[in-house]
Amino acid sequence: MDALVNKRIKQVLKGDQNAFSDIVSLYQHKLYQICYRMLGNKQEAEDIAQEAFVRAYINLHSFDQKRKFSTWLYRIATNLCIDRIRKKKPDYYLDAEVAGTEGLNMYSQIASSEQLPEETVQQMELQERIQYEISRLPDKYRSVIVLKYMEELSLQEISEILDMPLGTVKTRIHRGREALRKQLNNL
Amino acid sequence: MSTCPQYIVDYMHEYLDGDISREHEQQLKKHLQVCSDCRQHMQELSDTIAFVKSAAHITAPPHFEDKVMQRLPKGKNRVGIQKWFRRHPIIVAAAVFLLFMSATMLSNYPSDEFSVTTQPNLIVDGQTVIVPAGEVVKGDIVVKNGDLIIEGEVDGDVTVINGQYMASTSVVTGQIEEIDQVFEWLWFEMKDMANDFMALFKE
Repeated sequence: MDALVNKRIKQVLKGDQNAFSDIVSLYQHKLYQICYRMLGNKQEAEDIAQEAFVRAYINLHSFDQKRKFSTWLYRIATNLCIDRIRKKKPDYYLDAEVAGTEGLNMYSQIASSEQLPEETVQQMELQERIQYEISRLPDKYRSVIVLKYMEELSLQEISEILDMPLGTVKTRIHRGREALRKQLNNL
Repeated sequence: MSTCPQYIVDYMHEYLDGDISREHEQQLKKHLQVCSDCRQHMQELSDTIAFVKSAAHITAPPHFEDKVMQRLPKGKNRVGIQKWFRRHPIIVAAAVFLLFMSATMLSNYPSDEFSVTTQPNLIVDGQTVIVPAGEVVKGDIVVKNGDLIIEGEVDGDVTVINGQYMASTSVVTGQIEEIDQVFEWLWFEMKDMANDFMALFKE
């Protein structure tokens, strides 16, 4: 597969834009999955996954073809996801009064993103529940857990994707596992 | 479990990562046989992993590929030009050379300041240079931004830039040139340069 990818990359670099569609087709599901697991929202995941491919296309000339393309691509995607998560902090004030209402503020408009009541969680379907528990993890643990157990990548690859030492990856995975264990036990 | 050493939990994680040493593994197994709390901890961790791994594989929404292709930047001119530059280094070098050449020439292009070659018997009247009747000027005359009236004789070339050359009964032994446009000026400079160049070989 790497040989095919490198061939397509060379074609794209020569100016054949259509050769890029094969690359997108090969990696779209994995990349979308990473984004969806990180962000927990379909629209955002689609937007960020597309953006990751566009950035990969624009910066393709800086990709070192001796390395693994997927690692490079996932790195672009995880960086975009982490940026998006950090920017998600509200850009409006929740206690500002909603126009046209009396005494209604934004708190009354949103569903609480904090912990859901126990009964609700227990009624969730398994898949829904998994995503819910993943999204409750702090993002530094979330990224390693997603890459390790959902993408099934090696620790070495994760350390390259996230650009951090292997030791840090291990520590985060250990803590992430413990955090998840506690979340699941609390119910 | 609070009485169990912390390293037992560390070993559990090493085990789960699949990079536990034989020695640690044996210690861990021995401990798990006697400690039910740690056994439970280990079990919970394994369950946690199984839980996360049971996540279904998610596929990208339909038409994802097309949407990406539509979002790719269309104007690849930038890349095209770079490539063209890389393929035609000689043309690029020539173009750069010409650019500098013309820059130097244009900087030589006369500003609107009046100037004239100093020759002993010329009369300068405001912006008009006169070669008086009966006089013979030996050498070339160049007048910039002024007129030249020749009533006498010039033993050399005459060049008038951005001005008028007026002579009726005069005698000029060399060439007469009148320049009042940028292109003509450039042409003149180039010829001049070529002449100098040829002169180098003649000597």
